[in-house]
Amino acid sequence: MKVHVKRESDFVAYDVELPDATLLEVLSSIKTEQDNSLAFSSGCRSSVCGSCSMRVNEKEVLACAYKVQDGDVIEPLKNIEVIRDLVVNMDKALETKKRAKTWLQTYNKEAKLTHEDEKINALQSDCILCGSCYSACPVYAVNEEFLGPFALTGVWKYVSDKREAQPKEKIDTIQTNGVWDCTLCNECTLVCPQGISSKADIEKLRMKSTMAGYADPSFTQSFDGGFGFDGSPSF
Amino acid sequence: MKTDVLIIGSGGAGLTAALAAKDAGADVRVITKEYPTRSQTCMAQGGMNAALGNVSHDSIEDHIQNTLKSAHGEADEEAVRYMCSEAPNAVAWLDEIGVCFSRTPEGKIAQRRLGGASAPRACYAQDYTGLKILHTLYERCLKKDVEMFSERYLVDLLTKEDGSICGALILNMRSGELEHHFAKCVVLASGGYSRIYDKYSTNSTASTGDGIAAASRAGAKLLGMEFVQFHPTGLKNSSILISESARGEGGYLLNSKGERFTNELAPRDEVSRAINEQIVAGEEVFLDIRHLGERFIDENLPQERKLALLYENVDPVKDLIPIKAVAHYTMGGIEVDNKSQTSVSGLFACGECANHKVHGANRLGGNSLLEIIVFGREAGKSAANFVFCDEKCQNDFDFKKEKSFLDALIEYKNEIDFYQKRTELGELFYKKVGIIRKESQLQEAKQEIELLKKQLPLMGVKDTSKVYNTNLMEFIEFRNMLDICERVVSSALARKKSCGAHFVVEE
Ligand SMILES: Cc1cc2nc3c(=O)[nH]c(=O)nc-3n(C[C@H](O)[C@H](O)[C@H](O)COP(=O)(O)OP(=O)(O)OC[C@H]3O[C@@H](n4cnc5c(N)ncnc54)[C@H](O)[C@@H]3O)c2cc1C
Ligand code: SF4
Ligand code: SF4
Ligand code: FES
Repeated sequence: MKVHVKRESDFVAYDVELPDATLLEVLSSIKTEQDNSLAFSSGCRSSVCGSCSMRVNEKEVLACAYKVQDGDVIEPLKNIEVIRDLVVNMDKALETKKRAKTWLQTYNKEAKLTHEDEKINALQSDCILCGSCYSACPVYAVNEEFLGPFALTGVWKYVSDKREAQPKEKIDTIQTNGVWDCTLCNECTLVCPQGISSKADIEKLRMKSTMAGYADPSFTQSFDGGFGFDGSPSF
Repeated sequence: MKTDVLIIGSGGAGLTAALAAKDAGADVRVITKEYPTRSQTCMAQGGMNAALGNVSHDSIEDHIQNTLKSAHGEADEEAVRYMCSEAPNAVAWLDEIGVCFSRTPEGKIAQRRLGGASAPRACYAQDYTGLKILHTLYERCLKKDVEMFSERYLVDLLTKEDGSICGALILNMRSGELEHHFAKCVVLASGGYSRIYDKYSTNSTASTGDGIAAASRAGAKLLGMEFVQFHPTGLKNSSILISESARGEGGYLLNSKGERFTNELAPRDEVSRAINEQIVAGEEVFLDIRHLGERFIDENLPQERKLALLYENVDPVKDLIPIKAVAHYTMGGIEVDNKSQTSVSGLFACGECANHKVHGANRLGGNSLLEIIVFGREAGKSAANFVFCDEKCQNDFDFKKEKSFLDALIEYKNEIDFYQKRTELGELFYKKVGIIRKESQLQEAKQEIELLKKQLPLMGVKDTSKVYNTNLMEFIEFRNMLDICERVVSSALARKKSCGAHFVVEE
């Protein structure tokens, strides 16, 4: 079985005989038995730490959750600085969490969460910060200032949490380079290993924004009301 | 680079310590060889103990007694009392900062029963308890502007002439440069050492005991290194953990004949030995949760189903899950007092790398997440207190300039493959320093370690590049693991009688 791994300069083909193995097992065997210089990150081996996200045949996967096929082409995540081989620098992507203020700002003492409340954002808090969604997002590709999928999902997690006493502040924070910049293309949802849809979370945040008195800037900025000559919406 | 409190490790213990030290007014810097959110704490599934009595009657006293019993006389009662009494506060704090704990229909924090507990006591967040706690702590650190550096590797601690600690020698993995991080004190929160068992461990690849080895080199005392907890239900091929909650919720253990052979809810050491006996007798061992039903499994044990499918090609809804007992948690570590102070001035430790004498010879499921929060906070407070109260801190950072391991490395040859040795070491430890121990086998292991240590200069690294050299990092880890192995074997040899996880048979 051959796999092609993107190295510093070019793709390198490796032969491995490991039937039914995960990509992480294959990479580890290459590293320890064939080529000690191959660089990649891993940790938990069980899809929960987010270390081993990379691209296989141009799609984002977790190496520890992907079974290798003959001929697979392995590359690092896109839209993120590559440090070496399959290792990327997540600092900048993680910085978006800070800019988006994805944390509980003020604890609402009165809030009593029920079993149903728990369900509202259980999925969002399953995010493992693997960065796959940033790699897949076409907006993040062209605008580094875009807060991006996982940060916005994080914002929704807190906006929808009864324990947050100041959800409005979060809504204020995500108006520029935030909810309105997303094209709702859904690429982030398709690659998320945790089944999270940032797109859906962004739609919910847009609704909350509208309720808070904000409007889609692309809608208000052009006096035409955002409609083209034929009257169809252009956003 | 200077700071008040330098924290090595950003798991639950490190981040909690950072928040506590920051709240106490100290400047704090956290360093990790991964990213904070990738620390092993994210892997904890089962839950975190606190006697809240939300599901059925429970009391702090029961929690204390269960913990002491499981510790086999090796715990410090005062420390255990403190930890168990603080537990409800710790959970309340986590809830206040946003952890999404699962709830009961009445809106209380839900609790499940783990092995050795007299009541359902573990608070959980589906089976992502550690992940949700760790990420929430990380977000809290972002909120509080805690300085965090990722992908920086602790090589050694920096010591002054008088032996006290004044910082750490750090390898910046991205640039390949060495950095001196000076601090008025250091908190080690670098995790456990179960990876010495290599593929016979549930742990993250990062749990190589680096901090413990560095502390020991700097003169800190270690305690209880022979106590390694084996978890009954690692997946047979990959050793990936199937959470204890699977048994807590009613799963059975079966042998190849389909017979149950042990009390599934006994403490881990007993269950692991029972499993081991079966395997030695030629049986295969399985976990059976089929009777819990698909809906229940998908709601409460979704990770376990996913992992069994991926790594064993079995669907727990209709198949048995093949398992074996594997190294999971290390009770031993850097000896600390109730204030998390080690035997070396200026050095604190918390979390799995430390020994706060709360687990003794055998840890109860759910007590580790509790420990990292309770004593993480203690360590942070004590470190800040040290910074503000201890005169030694006013001194300059004139550390003893010694040749570091990395300087010596340049002359190392590359004749023996350390990756192969790492695999062999894991096998050796699983067989000879594992669930059942015999003096003769411990002696054999001891000799083997001595030999490997001698051969270290023949192992070296093949990759000589600077940027993100994981070959080099893994070699430094291997060196640390050898140091740790030596300590585990010598402590095991010194303890002649069985005690909890350390089980000796006469020959
Ligand atoms: C699969 C699994 C399930 C578990 N389930 C439970 C459970 O349900 N309940 C429970 O109570 N406990 C559970 N545990 C145990 C518990 O998760 C750990 O004991 C606990 O998380 C340890 O936390 P820590 O902060 O001490 O260390 P870790 O989370 O291991 O963090 C160690 C940190 O140190 C850093 N580090 C290490 N070496 C270096 C170095 N050389 N330089 C720089 N940084 C370094 C790492 O990068 C990391 O940030 C489980 C463990 C595992 C493996
Ligand atoms: S939202 Fe999904 S894809 Fe994005 S970082 Fe989180 S887990 Fe990964
Ligand atoms: S839906 Fe929005 S956030 Fe998701 S990939 Fe598309 S543009 Fe990016
Ligand atoms: S190694 Fe943790 S997600 Fe793959």
